[in-house]
Amino acid sequence: MSEMLALDFMRNALLAALVVGLAAPMVGIFLVQRRLSLVGDGLGHVALAGVAIGVVTSTSPVWTALVAAVLAGVAIELIRVRGRTSGDVALALMFYGGIAAGVVIINKVDGAQTANLTGYLFGAITTTTTADVIVFAALSAVIVLVTVVLRQRFFAVAGDEEFARASGLPVLALNIVLAVLTAVTVVVAMRVIGLLLISALMIIPNAAAQQLSASFRAAGWWAAGIGVASSVGGVVTSYYADTASGGTIVLLAIALFAVAALAGTLRRAVAAARHRHAERHLHEHGPGCGHEAVAHGDHVDYLHDGHRHAAHEGHYDEHADHPPADADPGSGGVAGARAGRHTLGDREEVTR
Amino acid sequence: MSTDDATSPTVVDLRAASFGHHGRPVVTGIDLTVTRGEVLALLGPNGSGKTTLVTGLLGLSEHLGGTVEVLGTPLDRLRDRTRIGYVPQRHTLTGGVRATVSEIVSTGLLATRPWWRPAGRRDRDAVRRALETVGLADRARFDVDTLSGGQQRRVLIARALVAQPDVLVMDEPTAGVDHASQGVLAGVLHRLATSGTTMLVVTHELEALRGVVDRIVELDAGHLAFDGSPHGYAAHQAERARAAGRGAA
Ligand SMILES: [Zn+2]
Ligand SMILES: [Zn+2]
Ligand SMILES: [Zn+2]
Ligand SMILES: [Zn+2]
Repeated sequence: MSEMLALDFMRNALLAALVVGLAAPMVGIFLVQRRLSLVGDGLGHVALAGVAIGVVTSTSPVWTALVAAVLAGVAIELIRVRGRTSGDVALALMFYGGIAAGVVIINKVDGAQTANLTGYLFGAITTTTTADVIVFAALSAVIVLVTVVLRQRFFAVAGDEEFARASGLPVLALNIVLAVLTAVTVVVAMRVIGLLLISALMIIPNAAAQQLSASFRAAGWWAAGIGVASSVGGVVTSYYADTASGGTIVLLAIALFAVAALAGTLRRAVAAARHRHAERHLHEHGPGCGHEAVAHGDHVDYLHDGHRHAAHEGHYDEHADHPPADADPGSGGVAGARAGRHTLGDREEVTR
Repeated sequence: MSTDDATSPTVVDLRAASFGHHGRPVVTGIDLTVTRGEVLALLGPNGSGKTTLVTGLLGLSEHLGGTVEVLGTPLDRLRDRTRIGYVPQRHTLTGGVRATVSEIVSTGLLATRPWWRPAGRRDRDAVRRALETVGLADRARFDVDTLSGGQQRRVLIARALVAQPDVLVMDEPTAGVDHASQGVLAGVLHRLATSGTTMLVVTHELEALRGVVDRIVELDAGHLAFDGSPHGYAAHQAERARAAGRGAA
């Protein structure tokens, strides 16, 4: 490990991976929410044309790629607003035109050697300079800051654009800010995992987080954690295993997704096994509903025909903290010990 | 002309108003005044322009003619849009991600504060009160996708209520909700009506709102076809049935 950290380019690579792993999922969750998961991919295609322009004009490809991606991101939003059916075709023209122009121009300039091109498409993390890392860190800080401040608004607009507009939120402005953030993320991630794979780091950590959480807030934390784990872990792995960093990061993210999916399935199975739905329950309990309310841990149970019902998701659970008189003491003890949770020990008869 | 918003008896005032999409009018010549505390059902066949009319009030369809005033302010000058609470007819509440009931309801408050200010204690209290009003306080922390269709509809009502609007505009609140949950939903609407909430309800299911609605407006082919009490509407329908019977004979 220390041997790896002694290398300048590896320190840069790890730092770049850290900021990208944090920023990409934070922006990506809104693409997942809007069901526009592949927009990052399209912006990556267009960014390659920007890189090519940088190569031709001998300016820094990072900045030309940034300009190209931002323009494309804003164009996507404007095309979406017009809501024409031809919008889809316009996006295809832009995305494929971008990558085709990029490939043609870069090959023309570099001649037959395509190492440069491959580096942009699939990541060339070991060529990241200290100056690059400083730019990436600064851009990532901006992404994280803006995303944190506007998170609720992005969530509202991505979840229900019509309601957001009716309530007076500046929907188009927020969508354009999000498009710019997506474009910046693509460029920041360009050297680390490559333009063809960047979308994966925006989407997969969020897909994994969805398996593990029931709230938007918790999903955000999980996604950032999984994003950082896969990007930093991927760079470390690629150093020791001598593999391509971009591909390694994405494969690691997919592996974490598989683990999360398994964990989510197990957790749901355990939760289902240890809790009992109440009978089909048309009455809705609440203050003044006529049933006695009983405080129970962090929630309130309602005394209903001799048993206790507690709201859970869309239904009511049976919550009994005392065993039925005819139950055997052993299972009663278990139920008692688990008071406040969904119990297996509860064997009450339900009313029909 | 400006009136005191809080006490103005007129909440919505339409004069020869028309609304539409892409410059093409769908409803025209609408004269309608809604006063504070009224619960108005907006009926009409599919394509009669009900949704275009109410979304016009929300700035979601185009206002193409006549005058529209909300709380004495012309619609295009209305700054605080949360004065009109909107309950859309929707199938998904969150897009492609999970979110809790209170996370959804909180979004109803975003437009009431500047972009840089996070939610404060008052906002959290408002969310809790809105959820109590619709009877979902004990489900605030659950994933909204696990709720029943009727409960999800009440989440949307809470999201509109949380900013304490002067009028609640609802698009088909009881559509696609099973019979039992419709009863619960009607109970919530009844509670809102008795507490003096002004409501404009687009609906196909007048039966589900019996006792809640105190005025009925019917649209047909983009024009007002009836405006009166539920009692008068029953007579109007009987008259129309008789006329149709005569025509057939
Ligand atoms: Zn009860
Ligand atoms: Zn309980
Ligand atoms: Zn019960
Ligand atoms: Zn349960």
